[in-house]
Amino acid sequence: MENVTPAAPTPDPATVLDRTGLDALIRELAARGYTVVGPTERNGAVVLAELAGADELPWGVGTDTDAGRYRTTARADGAAFAHSAGPQPWKRFLHPPRVREWSAERTDQELVFRAETSPAPSYAFLGVRPCDLRAIAVQDRVLAYGARPDSAYTARRRGAFIVAAECTEPGAACFCVSAGGGPAAGPGYDLVLTEVAEPGDHRFWARAGSERGAEVLAVLPGRHADSRTVNAARTAVDAARDRMGRSLPDVDLHALMAGSRGSAHWDDIAQRCLTCGNCTLVCPTCYCTTSEEVTDLTGDHAERWRRWDSCFDLDFSYLHGGPVRSTGADRYRQWLTHKLGTWHDQFGSSGCVGCGRCVVWCPVGIDLTKEIPVFAAERAESAAATGTAPEPRTAAPEHDGGLA
Amino acid sequence: MSHTPAAVRHALTSAPPADAVPEQAADHPPAVYRVQYRNIENDDTVTLALDPDGSPLPPFAPGQFAMLYAFGVGEVPISVSGIPYGAGPLRHTIRAVGPVSSALHRLRPGDRLGVRGPFGTGWDLDGAAGGDVLVVAGGIGLAPLRPLVHAAFAAPRRFRRLSVLVGARSPADLLYRHELDRWRERAHVAVTVDRPDDGWTGNVGVVTALLNPVVTDPSHTTAFVCGPEAMIRHTARDLLARGLPSRRIRVSLERNMRCGTATCGHCQLGPLLLCREGPVVGYDRAADLMNVRGL
Repeated sequence: MENVTPAAPTPDPATVLDRTGLDALIRELAARGYTVVGPTERNGAVVLAELAGADELPWGVGTDTDAGRYRTTARADGAAFAHSAGPQPWKRFLHPPRVREWSAERTDQELVFRAETSPAPSYAFLGVRPCDLRAIAVQDRVLAYGARPDSAYTARRRGAFIVAAECTEPGAACFCVSAGGGPAAGPGYDLVLTEVAEPGDHRFWARAGSERGAEVLAVLPGRHADSRTVNAARTAVDAARDRMGRSLPDVDLHALMAGSRGSAHWDDIAQRCLTCGNCTLVCPTCYCTTSEEVTDLTGDHAERWRRWDSCFDLDFSYLHGGPVRSTGADRYRQWLTHKLGTWHDQFGSSGCVGCGRCVVWCPVGIDLTKEIPVFAAERAESAAATGTAPEPRTAAPEHDGGLA
Repeated sequence: MSHTPAAVRHALTSAPPADAVPEQAADHPPAVYRVQYRNIENDDTVTLALDPDGSPLPPFAPGQFAMLYAFGVGEVPISVSGIPYGAGPLRHTIRAVGPVSSALHRLRPGDRLGVRGPFGTGWDLDGAAGGDVLVVAGGIGLAPLRPLVHAAFAAPRRFRRLSVLVGARSPADLLYRHELDRWRERAHVAVTVDRPDDGWTGNVGVVTALLNPVVTDPSHTTAFVCGPEAMIRHTARDLLARGLPSRRIRVSLERNMRCGTATCGHCQLGPLLLCREGPVVGYDRAADLMNVRGL
């Protein structure tokens, strides 16, 4: 047998960080040139903002959520990542609300276009919840992996360093498990943290998911993973799986949505829906944009900007003098059937990750987990009446993110 | 198009982006084209012949569309109405209906504009090889079909009979009138109008009334249909009733297209992103979707 020189043993990285270690992580990422963005409490909500140190994390902030309801609460355990999904998704940074796409100059003789060349910001996201990690993968499939990828998104996405935080405290509006995910982080992170908020020993079990993640982890102060920490972390995440506040019915939603286009229940929802578009703004996967033309006073310089748009806006479907989707029912149907149904046809997965934001931030508390069973019951009824089988739940071939 | 995780991984871990935005990128700026000449078709419609100012865009297939950009005003999706063979210009037929199309309509020879594309699916004339080709156009719907007729003329032995049925509101609204006369030498061409004027001696009524003599062998006929959505629906139903298989009825559909690159979400018709899976769609896929109001 050939004699193989063993690789030099790499020192085992410290994988249990305390609050000081978390602070060191933020400073290390900043030192590497990243703009570190994470959760912090502001104006009664947990929002995403630039962080200078771990002190700014929402220690001891919990949330009390329900349909149309969001309040922060105080947590006795002082946990930093036990606040469920806040009002802002990470798309705010990867797919910003307004982006300049290109500009144009006109002279007597020429028309010259310039591509956007300003460098994309380099973000480190701290505390990306597993639902949001999946949401980023969903937007990747729309904006980065098509035949014509969006370069503004792709540049931001490629540069982003992702520190996921596994979920140990689902909110009352959460339903990630029934949306095909769960409280444990899937692929796509550089580092993942699991919080163990024990009195006197508040700590985070950290693992690397990429080479650059391992590099960062190797220089952080901490201690080696002990079985007590690992077990406590795993137990907390396992328990979270069974504590989801809501769930989607166990049916093939893709088929259900396609089969429910003619339902009268859309009108019932439209009686309540304000078509305000809040759900599309807080949704971590809603990606729609429109374009705007901006000119300066000379009239010889023009810029093409794009901004977030919402399918609840009447102008969204404007064609030949009027909107195609003229009623609220048309527009709510577009949003929900796209999110849960036709997204599969267009991008190979569901558009919903079960974060619950659309439920929480709907001003009238429309809750898709309550509406979908109505459609499912209608379909089951009509199937029974015609003697055909209702849609069985097929294992939808959802591509995992595979972002690492 | 690939959605596979492997492709995903590659896209995001490959080398950092070059300074230039890649040509295939959704946010790549338009190519500069210059108006070579401008044909007035009727009161509100012109055909612009466009030459590239620099390197030309990739070739367009009949049925595909471009995003045309009027400086300082914006962009609109316009189907290609003439395709350069050799060194000829790219043609687009534009009806002035909104601010952007009106600005494009005002362009004069020598003026410059931006062009992005080609986008979307083509008519797929090859799929009709060996059989009859039936073109049915309503109003400005003749524009995207014009390069298809040219392509059929260019390969006469590949098809049996070519029929072109054209409907317009009035004789004054007819597009390409001189060209239609030339087409009559090589194809069955029938024209009808809703509102005749004093000099009109031709057909009056809906375009579907012209189908009778042309659909003689439905199982070997491929229909290419473009016009207002109601006209497409009626024509397709009529063709189905005459025995054409639904997949052999190719229709061109329109929604509010903002990007052309399947990234803005505007052009959805149920599962279809019409800038990617359309604008040309088989009626087998389109029928159910076209029958849902407000989709």
